[in-house]
Amino acid sequence: MIEFTLRRITATIPVLLGILLVAFTVLYLIPGDPALTVAGPRADETTLKQIRAEMGLDLPVHMRFFNYLQKICKGDFGESVISGKPVLTSLTEKLPFTLKLALISILFSTVLGIVMGIVGAVTKGKLIDRLCTLFSVSGISIPVFLSGLVFLYVFAVKLKWFPSSGFNAENSLMPFILPAFTLGIRSAAFLARIVRSSMIEVLNQDFIRTAKAKGLSPLRILFRHGLLNALIPIITVIGLDLSSYLNGSVIVETIYDLPGIGRYAMEAISQRDYPVVQGVVLLGAMVFIGVNLLIDLFYAWINPKVRDEILGKLAK
Amino acid sequence: MKTLFKRMTMPGWLSFIGIIIVVAIALLAPVIAPNDPMETSPERILKELDGYPMGCDQMGQCFFSRLVYGARLSLIIGFASRFAALIIGLAVGMCAGYFGGKVDWLLMRVVDMFLAFPSLLLSIAVSMAMGSGMGTVIFAIAIVGWAEMARIIRAATLELRSAEYVVAAKTLGASHLRIILTHILPNCLPLITVIFTMGIATAVLSEASLSFLGLGVDPALPTWGGMVATGKDYMLRFPGLVFYPGACIAFLVIIFNILGDELRDILDPSRRGNL
Repeated sequence: MIEFTLRRITATIPVLLGILLVAFTVLYLIPGDPALTVAGPRADETTLKQIRAEMGLDLPVHMRFFNYLQKICKGDFGESVISGKPVLTSLTEKLPFTLKLALISILFSTVLGIVMGIVGAVTKGKLIDRLCTLFSVSGISIPVFLSGLVFLYVFAVKLKWFPSSGFNAENSLMPFILPAFTLGIRSAAFLARIVRSSMIEVLNQDFIRTAKAKGLSPLRILFRHGLLNALIPIITVIGLDLSSYLNGSVIVETIYDLPGIGRYAMEAISQRDYPVVQGVVLLGAMVFIGVNLLIDLFYAWINPKVRDEILGKLAK
Repeated sequence: MKTLFKRMTMPGWLSFIGIIIVVAIALLAPVIAPNDPMETSPERILKELDGYPMGCDQMGQCFFSRLVYGARLSLIIGFASRFAALIIGLAVGMCAGYFGGKVDWLLMRVVDMFLAFPSLLLSIAVSMAMGSGMGTVIFAIAIVGWAEMARIIRAATLELRSAEYVVAAKTLGASHLRIILTHILPNCLPLITVIFTMGIATAVLSEASLSFLGLGVDPALPTWGGMVATGKDYMLRFPGLVFYPGACIAFLVIIFNILGDELRDILDPSRRGNL
């Protein structure tokens, strides 16, 4: 297990380096001279040159990339062009909000997705299954910004069940419910499809027939024998889908006015504050890699057979 | 092709017809739209007028005409970005699967890297770096879409590589390029059709999201995502300004998703039920 853990961790290093290379390239390609932004439009040529040298902009590309790597390793994601605050500080300040939003919506989407998927698998081909399928196709097709605006209009403005916008410390859960619901629907729909297809596959297996023949209760068969065996693709999908929460939070937090990472990114987008956008993108990629690493380790821990499979995949 | 039509079910046919209708609307936009979608007028702002079927938006532009023309941009960007992604995905996936070994390892790490990025955020970063424009949007969407395609095509190529006819062609001394083009590519075509169709839905959705965030094509051009973004400030009084363009996006994405599912079930039964 220790060897496996080490090998799995080493395998993420080239991917991490590549991600930083892409982020660096995009930053490098961005039009405009960062030195000019720092110095202001009226700076003369000598000042500009000095600032360029200070910022390391006059170095050859590979040296700049190397410097960039060094900075990232030290936890320095650069500073916001607009406010001058270090990006990492702002990110850690805003992370709790987005994390809370993501956790509530993961909880919601996992429960809804699994229930819908199981119902669909059990009633395969019947009307209820068709309705579940319709829900999941619509769920992955309707853009988050549309469902967000529609929910806001219906539940907050017309029905007044939820606060329409803003975050206040007194009521710490209510402002998150509607955004989490909006964010979770897509993932629930996505998950319902996977749960349905993997449950159908598992329910056709011999051991399910045996369990039925033994006279076990249908619910026990469904959860204990069925869901437990369909769990691996389900957990994989939840892991793969994690980055969609960060994507969605950009839109959802803007619509519902929550002070998390998504709205921070959105503000940076409208102000063309590139270091901030890049920081958020990097954070998202790192979270994705980290979570998938954990999921692989978890699989390997519960089922040693998977270890060789994952190692084989890495070697290929 | 014949079996394809024979085996298509009801939802498949409906979505196929839906797509034909949307394509027809996009092609015939100048005939269908009663007014110039980009002509603004301060007198017409948010008014219901004769000759303007759905009234005018916050810029005094004919709302219906903008909806009609919006189909054009959605389809063009959806198809073009998917096509660009397909070309990259095919090249990378086939090389990785066919040559294997170190080439495969290297290419797949690049694919992993692109899959790790949050897709919308990467598109946002790319379009910010490149400035607005149609080319930028297509590139920004293609750059997040190709990796998934490359992964699927690699898996298919890997299987075909050891097929007997490929081994036979190799023994006969056929060049790598010839084997890839005449033996592997044609056998991947059903799979390619499936992932291409399914991906259009995602591409249309990405385009709408980018336009909604103001990072799409020129905001003056009629795009559904852009219409939702500008209409949301007037949503309380005129919910239609958000609802109709939003419904258009959802409709287009749903029919592409259904058709994609349908094609997958028919052409690639092994992946039935997967995404």
